[in-house]
Order: sequence, then structure tokens, then C-alpha cells
Amino acid sequence: MIAILASVLDGVLVGAVYGLAAMGLTLIWGVMNVINLAHGALTVFGMFALYFLASVLGLPPYSAVPIAIVAGFVCGVVLYWIAVHRIIGRPELMSLLATFAVNMVLIGVGTALWTTSPFNVPVTLPGFTWQGYTFTGTHIMAAVLAGVLAGLLYLFLHHTRVGKAIRAVAQNREAAELSGIPTKQILSMAFGLGVALAAVSGTLIATMFPFTMLSGEAYQLKSFVVTVLGGLGNPAGALLGGIALGLVEGLSTPFMPVSWIPILEFGLFVFCLMAFPRGIFALSKG
Amino acid sequence: MTALLEVANVSKRFGGVVAVRELDLRVEEGEILGLIGPNGAGKSTVFNLINGVYPPDIGRVVFRGADITGAPPYRIARQGLARAHQIVQPLAGLTVLDNCTVGACFGRENLPLAAARETAREVAEIVGLRGQLDILAGQLTTGGKKRLELARALSARPHLLLLDEVLAGLNPTEIEQMIEIVRGIRRRGVSILIIEHVMRAIMSLSDRIVVLNLGAKLAEGAPREIAADPKVITAYLGEAEPADDAGANP
Amino acid sequence: MWRRPFLWLILAVSLAFVLVPYLTDDVQLREGLLLAAVYVILASSLNLMIGYAGYVNFGNIVFFGLGGYVCVFLVSEWHWPLVPSAILAGVAVSAVALLFGLGILRLRGAFFALATIGINEAVRQLVTNFEPWGGATGIYLSFDAYEPLGGPMQALWTSYFLVVGVMALSLLASFAIKRSKFGLGLIAIGQNEDAAATLGVPTPRYKALVYSASAFLPAVAGGIYFFKSGIIEPGAAFNLGLSIEAIVMVMLGGQGTVIGPAVGAFLYEELRGALLVAEAFSNFQLVIAGVLLLVIVLFVPGGLMGFVHRRWPKARSWLE
Repeated sequence: MIAILASVLDGVLVGAVYGLAAMGLTLIWGVMNVINLAHGALTVFGMFALYFLASVLGLPPYSAVPIAIVAGFVCGVVLYWIAVHRIIGRPELMSLLATFAVNMVLIGVGTALWTTSPFNVPVTLPGFTWQGYTFTGTHIMAAVLAGVLAGLLYLFLHHTRVGKAIRAVAQNREAAELSGIPTKQILSMAFGLGVALAAVSGTLIATMFPFTMLSGEAYQLKSFVVTVLGGLGNPAGALLGGIALGLVEGLSTPFMPVSWIPILEFGLFVFCLMAFPRGIFALSKG
Repeated sequence: MTALLEVANVSKRFGGVVAVRELDLRVEEGEILGLIGPNGAGKSTVFNLINGVYPPDIGRVVFRGADITGAPPYRIARQGLARAHQIVQPLAGLTVLDNCTVGACFGRENLPLAAARETAREVAEIVGLRGQLDILAGQLTTGGKKRLELARALSARPHLLLLDEVLAGLNPTEIEQMIEIVRGIRRRGVSILIIEHVMRAIMSLSDRIVVLNLGAKLAEGAPREIAADPKVITAYLGEAEPADDAGANP
Repeated sequence: MWRRPFLWLILAVSLAFVLVPYLTDDVQLREGLLLAAVYVILASSLNLMIGYAGYVNFGNIVFFGLGGYVCVFLVSEWHWPLVPSAILAGVAVSAVALLFGLGILRLRGAFFALATIGINEAVRQLVTNFEPWGGATGIYLSFDAYEPLGGPMQALWTSYFLVVGVMALSLLASFAIKRSKFGLGLIAIGQNEDAAATLGVPTPRYKALVYSASAFLPAVAGGIYFFKSGIIEPGAAFNLGLSIEAIVMVMLGGQGTVIGPAVGAFLYEELRGALLVAEAFSNFQLVIAGVLLLVIVLFVPGGLMGFVHRRWPKARSWLE
């Protein structure tokens, strides 16, 4: 029983990071109605950023966090101008294919550079033990940082000019444009922000678990499940959804082999889509 | 006598906003019923509730004696209820003819392809799109798209046609033409429920008018009565005053 | 209708596929053309979903793989002859697809696309653990499976002709659907699903039907292909990479047209062949395909045939 509780609590910690990742996805989706199918690959690049900075350059691991954010943002803006801005407003099919194409390129390049072998960045932090179960420091730190970043995101979206502009564009692009907001630039920044979130969550995940170039797919699926749970375009819902997913994982890890977890999540994903098209946490918003 | 369409005690809310409140509405066979009201009165929502875009929270919608409350749009279309939208939705990659053929194929008569094409041609003629049958719908002018919207709905040979601001964005000549087209449609036996902001048009077209304000029925009656009704005038204060158009030619 | 120039084109191409390798007895050519024919079948069927109905089926390869497994299993375990096995494989897989389709086609856009990837992966996982179908090692066909067809050599030729036949069927079916009321409804859905529903197109039913239809011929082709290969295992059967390449083929050649996917399949096959000689890295294959797809989506969404149709409208009738 305690084992399950410990697993669940650990799941909640990790789930906060899932939530952070999903926030990136749901932000882009909510603002410009584009589903970033390169999200998983970008998360993996965040993982490799940690590897590069910590294992190769020998920098303190958590310094990778702000670097991942900035680098992710820049990459996101660049990606926006290369691949995304021409397909805004076009049929959804096109944006799916475009981001999917980017995904293919990123994975192809990544695999060529780093193959599909596993990487691990050993990060040690003092954790704490309770009733014989250890909560690793890295998990706690990751959850805390995820929470902090989520909070910063909230402040950014609600209390800065750019943030408010992003929200305005998300609500009604035409009206925003009419009131003088440079929508294209704002969209590019929103995309950059979404990618930054994906990247930094990858970095945080890498402090906790080993990874390969192909890990992106599993995390992308998790992000999708969380987005569906939390409701499209709803960052707060994404965080809650992430924790919920972490909870589910924590509940199931003691009982099923690891390779079945993605199948469980996929099933959950399809189920939620059919039963709660607007997201579980969005129910109250109508 | 059962009405063609009966909307009974229908309400719909979105989150905290009540869009439509306990609305009762009847459209008799062969009539043109006008639906007017200030912006935000809930008129388009009523249309959405009627043709199945979303179900009402409470109340029923009965069409030709059958309960269609909450039925999916395609089933409602199959029963003979067609709609021309305010924001036109042409099937942009298809030609005008193909657009109308879709309406004829999947509407009330459920025609096979060849017969549907014929119907589509006839309807396009009625609406004045004869010369543009092979043009891609996405390339039409606004006026053309509006006509296409109407033609497509008509191709389904509906019993009841919902017209949602078909005159919006048209110049005065086009408005006159469209009014004549609508009259022609009624002469062919199609009943019409029409939302419109161009007052003189709706006053002259409608047999009866229902006025909506803040989601609830404010008034109902013949155009002249409505135009003179002080409640209606007050609701519209700041918008085009119906009283000015009351003397318009029928 | 049979006066349409385009139909003669399909016939001519199919005849070429049949006669050229046969008359020259060129086995290598035959193998290359077999692969091309398989790609055409995959791309054409996928086009029904992407080009007509506007739904991206990322996991389309699952039909090919499942069809392969059903057919090979029937031949190997129950000693059925090839043709009935392949046909039953087609029927079985499209029946399952219909059931699945009714469920997942309620999902819109990206959700559906992701669900299809998930289905492919889930099926692969399940088959890998399914002992009656050989689990992770798969099923090997012993040589006497080919006896009813006159021995292995003859069987290879027969399989080839059958695949070419299926290819011709896939093009014909694509054409026939496009010209039918069903096809018009699908295309309306692809243009604007909500508007189509309001016009009376029974969207859930049509989407499930096209999903099922897009499963049939790939399943049959999979059956014949893996029969000819003599072995089927989960990795090859449910190869997501091939699934993705099918999408690129459709987009390259021109989604929504009938001949587009075939042209795209051909071109991509040539491109791939040229690349494999130059770079032995399969990773770069993915990158090139990705860049190609991106360029097409951004700049030439109509693909090659879209371009041709716009430039030479008169060519439409014989290059549909």
C-alpha cells in the first residue's frame, strides 16, 4: 500500500513536468490552431541540450534550464517562419503535414548525429526518504521547477504586454489585428514560447531519466493525452492534466510492464477524446 | 393545424450567458417568417438550435410533426430543412455546379448523381448563377458566394429554408435582386424563416415577424404592428429605427 | 463512361507492367516494378482518405501488415490457396477497419491522425505478443506453400501479375469513387466537414466507409506481397516509415487526383533508389522525405498533378 502511495506521489512529481511539456503544445494549439507534431522531437532536443551542457561541457546541470528556454524560444521562432507561418489559416491537414515534416527532419538529423543509442545524464541531488521509500531529489527539483516555470508563464501571459497580446490573438485574431497588434510577430513568439516549454521540459526529464533520440514519440503522446485532459488552449488545465497523468502512471507502474504504459496512455487518449472532447478540466468552462 | 416548424420553450446557455431563453416559435406552411432583433439577440443561435448544430438545453424542435431536437445536421437536412449561412461556407475547391449538386444529392430528395446535377443546374438558373457553373466556388465575388449559399440550400428542395442574413454585404441592386429571388422561392412552395438586418427588406418580405431581444421573444405580429411597437423601437434605440422603414413599399 | 481517355491510360500502364518484364524475362525489373505497384496501391488507397475526405491516416500501413498476416496465416496454417486467402484478408481487414472507423472517425483532424499512429503501434505490439502468428519472429512460409501455384519460380510471376491487377483495380476504384455520389460526399467533407453535414452528407457513415474502403486493397496487396516474400514479421509488416512515405507519395503526386498518387509513388521510388545508392543512411532518407513533404505542403500543396492541371487544364480529361 505504501509502495503504491510512493509510486503515486512520485508520479505526481513527474506529472508536473508532463504538464509543463503539454503547456507548450496547448499554447501553440490554442493561439494559432496548429498542432505541433514536432513537439516530441523538440522535447528530445531539450534532453540533448542537457547532455551537451552537463556531460560534454561540464556545466552545472540546472544551468541548462534557462539555456534550454532561450534556445528553444529562438528555435521556435525560426521554425515558425520557416514552416508554420505560411500555413496559418489553411486547412488543418496542411498544418499537420507541415509540422509532421519538420518532425521527420528533426528526427532524421538527430538520429544521424546521435544514433538511437540511449543517453543518460547522471544528476544527483539529495532527496528524502520516508517509510523506506526514497523520493529522488531530481524528481522533486524537476517538479518544483516545473511549477515555477508554469507560474512564470502565467505571469507572462497575464501581466506583460506581449503576453496579453498573445492571449488577445488567441481569442480573436482579426479583432487583435484591428486593434493594432502585429499578429504575425505575436504568433511567432507564441510558437517560440511553446517550443521553449517543450525544450525545457525535455531538459528536466533528462535530469530524471535516460533517453534516446526516439523517446520523443512517447513524450509527445503523453503531451497529447494531457492536452486532451486539460482542454485545448488551457495552460492551467495542462498542468493539472499533467499531474493527473502522472498520477495514473504512478498507479499503474507497480502493476504492468513498462512497455504497456504507452498503450494504456493511448487508450486513455482515445477514451478522453471521445468522452470529453473539451477536456475534463474544461468542463466547468462550458 | 400543425405548423411546419415548431420551436417549443427552447433555451440555450453558453457558460454563464443565456443565449436563448424559453423561446416559442412557429413557422406555418407557405409563409415567410422574419426574425429580427438587435445584435446579440440570439438569432443565429436559434438557427443553430433548429438545424442541429447543437441541441437546446431544454425545449423541443418539431419539424413536420417529427421531433428533431438535437438530431445531427445531416439527418435534419434529409428531412427537408436547409440553411443558408450568414458566414458563407462555400466548398471552395468545387465548382458552383458541384456545390449545388452536393445539396441536391444529399438533401431531401436524396437524388442520384445525374439527376442531382440537373436539379443543380435549374436552381443555379433561378438564383442567377447560370453563367458561372464551372467556376470554382472559392473564386466567386461576395455576391456570388451569397447566391451560391442560397442555391446550395435550395438544391436540396427543402420544405423549409433558413436564411441567415443573405443580404449582408450586398449593394442596393443586389439586394433588390435577392429580394425577388426570395419571393420566387416562396412562390415555388418553400417556406422561409429569415434573419435579416436590412429592415425594409425584411419588412416587405415577411408575412409575420418575431422580434428577439436578449434571447427572449419581445414581440410577434405583422410587419406594420412590429414597426409601430414601442417595445421594439426601444430595443433598437441606437440602431436603424424600424419606424422609418414602416412606410416602405411592399 | 468507358470512352474516357484516362481509363485507357490505366489499362495501357497496367499492360506495360505486365508485358515488359514478362517478355524480357527480366526478374530484377519485375521485382522493382512489384515494389512500385505496391506503392501505387498504398498511395492510391491512402488518397481516398487524404485527398478526398481530408483525413490524414498516418498509420495506413497497418492494413497492409494485417492483410499480410491474415493471408500468410491462412496459406501456412490452413493451407488455403493464395487468391481466396488474399481476398479474405482484404475483407477481414476492411471489416475490422469499418468497426474501428466508426469509433475513431469521430475524432477530428490531428486527433484522428495521432490515433491512427497509435493503432499501428498497438497492433504491432499485439501481434508481436500473439503466438499463433509467430510472435516476434513472425511466420515463415515453407516452399510447399508454392506448390499449388507451380513451384516458387512460377509463384513469383503469378504473385506479380496479381499485384499488378490489384494496382489497376486501385486506380479504377479511385476513379470510380471520385465520380460517384459517395465520392462527391467525401470531397465535400474534405472541403468543409461542417458545411457538408449541414447539406445532408451523412458524415460519420461516409468517413467510416472510406476508411474501410482504403483498407481493402492494401490488405489484399499485403497478403500477396508477404506470401511472395515467404516471411512476415511485425517490424516489416507494420513499418511506420513506409506509412509515412506513402503520405509523401500522395502529396508529391497530387492528393485528390486519381493518377497523382501513382505518379508520386513512382517518382518517390525513383528518388529513393537514387538516394540509397548515394547515401546508405536511412536517416537521411527520412530527412529528405521530410524536407520534400514540407516544400510540397508550403509551396505546391496540389502536388505534381495539381500543378499540371492548373497549367494545362485541358489535360484534365486524360490525366485525371
